Amino acid sequence: MSAFSAIGEDRDVDQNEYTPGIEPQATWCPGCGDFGVLKALKGAMADLGKDPEEILLVTGIGCSGKLSSYFESYGYHSIHGRSLPVARAAKLANPDLEVVAAGGDGDGYGIGGNHFMHTARENHDMTYIVFNNEIFGLTKGQTSPTSPKGHKSKTQPAGSAKDPIRPLSLALTSGASYIARTAAVNPNQAKEIIKEAIQHDGFSHIDFLTQCPTWNKDARQYVPYTDIQESDEHDFDVTDRREAGEAMYEAESALYEGEVLTGRFFTQDNRHSYGQEKRSLGEMPEEPLAERYFDDDYEWERSYDLLDAHK
Amino acid sequence: MTTNELVWRIAGGSGDGIDSTSQNFAKALMRSGLDVFTHRHYPSRIRGGHTYVEIRAAPDEVKSRGDGYNFLLALGDSFARNPKQEAYYGNEEVKPLTENLDDLREGGIIVYDEGLLDEEDVDDLDERAEEEGWHVYPVDLRGLAREHGREVMRNTAGVGVTCALIGMDLDPIEELMEERMGGDILEQNIEILRMARDQTEEKEFTHDLDVPTGTHDDTQVLVSGSTGIAYGALDEGCRFIAGYPMTPWTDVYTIMTQNLPDMGGISEQVEDEIAAAALAMGASHAGVKAMSGSSGGGFALMSEPLGLAEMNETPIVLVESMRAGPSTGMPTKPEQADLEHVLYTSQGDSNRVVMAPGTPREAYDQTRKAFEIAWNYQIPSIIIYDQKLSGELVNVDESFFDREPNPSLGATLTEDEISEAAHHASGKFQRYLHDPENGVSPRTIPGQKGGRFLASGNEHTPEGHISEDPGNRVAQMARRERKLNAIRADLDGRDQSNQTLHGDGDAEYGILTWGSQQGTVEEAVDRLNEDGHSVKSLGVSDMMPYPEDEVEAFLESVDEALVVEMNASAQFRGLTQKELGRYGEKMTSLLKYNGNPFEPHEIVEGFEASINGGDLDSETTKFVPAAGD
Repeated sequence: MSAFSAIGEDRDVDQNEYTPGIEPQATWCPGCGDFGVLKALKGAMADLGKDPEEILLVTGIGCSGKLSSYFESYGYHSIHGRSLPVARAAKLANPDLEVVAAGGDGDGYGIGGNHFMHTARENHDMTYIVFNNEIFGLTKGQTSPTSPKGHKSKTQPAGSAKDPIRPLSLALTSGASYIARTAAVNPNQAKEIIKEAIQHDGFSHIDFLTQCPTWNKDARQYVPYTDIQESDEHDFDVTDRREAGEAMYEAESALYEGEVLTGRFFTQDNRHSYGQEKRSLGEMPEEPLAERYFDDDYEWERSYDLLDAHK
Repeated sequence: MTTNELVWRIAGGSGDGIDSTSQNFAKALMRSGLDVFTHRHYPSRIRGGHTYVEIRAAPDEVKSRGDGYNFLLALGDSFARNPKQEAYYGNEEVKPLTENLDDLREGGIIVYDEGLLDEEDVDDLDERAEEEGWHVYPVDLRGLAREHGREVMRNTAGVGVTCALIGMDLDPIEELMEERMGGDILEQNIEILRMARDQTEEKEFTHDLDVPTGTHDDTQVLVSGSTGIAYGALDEGCRFIAGYPMTPWTDVYTIMTQNLPDMGGISEQVEDEIAAAALAMGASHAGVKAMSGSSGGGFALMSEPLGLAEMNETPIVLVESMRAGPSTGMPTKPEQADLEHVLYTSQGDSNRVVMAPGTPREAYDQTRKAFEIAWNYQIPSIIIYDQKLSGELVNVDESFFDREPNPSLGATLTEDEISEAAHHASGKFQRYLHDPENGVSPRTIPGQKGGRFLASGNEHTPEGHISEDPGNRVAQMARRERKLNAIRADLDGRDQSNQTLHGDGDAEYGILTWGSQQGTVEEAVDRLNEDGHSVKSLGVSDMMPYPEDEVEAFLESVDEALVVEMNASAQFRGLTQKELGRYGEKMTSLLKYNGNPFEPHEIVEGFEASINGGDLDSETTKFVPAAGD
């Protein structure tokens, strides 16, 4: 019998179950795109029938990091840039958990960029939502890795000399097996994309455009937006790495010209997740490791049985 | 000093198989009934560069590498690079025969491979040998190996010559070869071993060094400090490790990685040490006993996850294997200069457990305690040790390891217990209650029904919500602080202290040390007492929470104390003064930071100089006088 009975129970879940019983007042500004992520995540989880207590939501630092405060589940509000290593280890320790990591663009593409690259490369079966508002919000409007070239702020008074990072392309070359971009202003698409990302067996990356009404008025509301799957002008095969790469490049460039291209950019279903790879090498147990510590009958191995090599 | 001992040094180049040959020779000596202790010296490079291992073997317990050596087997450096006549790093090829030759004891034996080494490259070898009474036996080891097998087997030839010269039976060596080789390789090695022995026995011996004889009551196993740490972790049910390679921490990481898959555990090699520590925390949070570690530079990267573990009270064990710093420093050389780094790194007030074992046995015991405390008190525990303890091999009774495993998750609830536990009106589990007397508020694991909470690095309420309320802040800080007091009381109440007292309790003088220098200090204490002094020592392992009562009692009981540690700024003495608030006038420091651990004679001489006055600093050691002196 599992020591974790919240996991895998087949039941209807009302989306209000993800709202804390006594709700902490949101620190997000009125009109903030972060509310859109929260709503879409609740809707997606309810549609998938996930018990709040089988979900581990690991967040970084910044306005986006507060997501775990307003979404009722097991939450882990980690440190700046480090949500992914915490999240992927929890998934290895207990693969039955539904693990979602979330953070901002500075968190994921800046300070945590190395973890983003390697977690995508390893293709852990988890979902990573990056709140992309092209700005450092909570620290009051500094230039971020996705701010456009020329972006002026108190830390870049002459305007940024740097080209913005290309998050979708970075995810693709790093090895993510589901890559999408959505926007807070497009709640239905956002919910569907989060659902697909969760259901996908591998590392899912969602670049989630979240308008910052206070510090990034230039980006407006990410409207009008185009769903590339619905648009005849953007016909490409999301399973073709080359075509996907071109579509991403175009979408990343277009964003800074006022054109918001959203939708699924890449899916790869024929690749094993990291857990599957580790298990096939005999480097990860079939049963969730976390269960063992609650199993009173388990015969724990001892170092005493390793001593022959030392005699 | 024990006169009935062999200190055998095998010297060659990195990549010449010095490590494996010496390990087998140490095992052979151990199997023949002797106690052994090894010292490993190697450069930070893959092929070539002077490397040696010393094995000290005696009928009774051996606690240190000893002073110098009495048998040198110089193989020559087959990967030596001598680009010019005048090379920057000198003549590498001949270094195995020339480096530290002054440390060869009077009457000692030199065997060198004349197939590779030219006596003419060594200044005045004949004269020096005559002066020191050394006995020199040139043997063409390379030729012998080539003739009967392959050149790499010249190590085996060297062992054969050694056995002939010191009257050691080949049986345990051949047994060991049979256990790890087969086919032609085994046959050739055995032939070379015997041939070397037989040819040497035909020579006329001028020395009188024989291998000592001894017996053991129990079966012995040869283990290092790294083995102690890894096996202690496994016996505590640790089944997850994440790491990034760095010398010397890689030793522990490798042992764990070799064993975990067979035990249904997981080892992860990750992108950097920030990730390594964060992974250990993620695994622990999800219900698995987990660890990570590194050496100084990598541990610096772990600073922030370590602080998070203090704040959200995730049990983890980290190990820090010190090497000489600052920065890249001397990657393969020991030092004890990361103490303050490990105690205080990360923002905010430290709230962690730090233990510094002194021997491989202590490494095992204290790693087990570090895990037990981490999970019982939901706090990060750190084992701090160094390259010396990491690599030194000693024999231990096999029965030492015959212990019960302890996979307990400590203060972690089951679902039944959760249903009985306090919940907030919002339905959240109260993970961080203000009131527990020992500071420990039980935890739940994701996936458990009724256990949901928020684990935050921000200051938080009992449910885990971010809060900057002053009253809550003080209550949470006070509770986390209480854990350290409870841990100190817990450790003080146990039968076996982590501090090791050696010598007569009434002794007039004291030597205080910490971590890996303990054995060497104890040997020095014995010699000093034999010479008519009245000295005792205390080897301290608990760095945080500090064992105030034990150290205070020790310092109160002596007139003066010498504090021995391997760093330049007397960090442990500083810690002791800070924790006890006094005794600055009673403690003189003897420090060493040249990349080599203390030898017993340095401590003996340092002690005598400190009580008699005179020229205190030596070529290898430095004094920091007591306050007011």
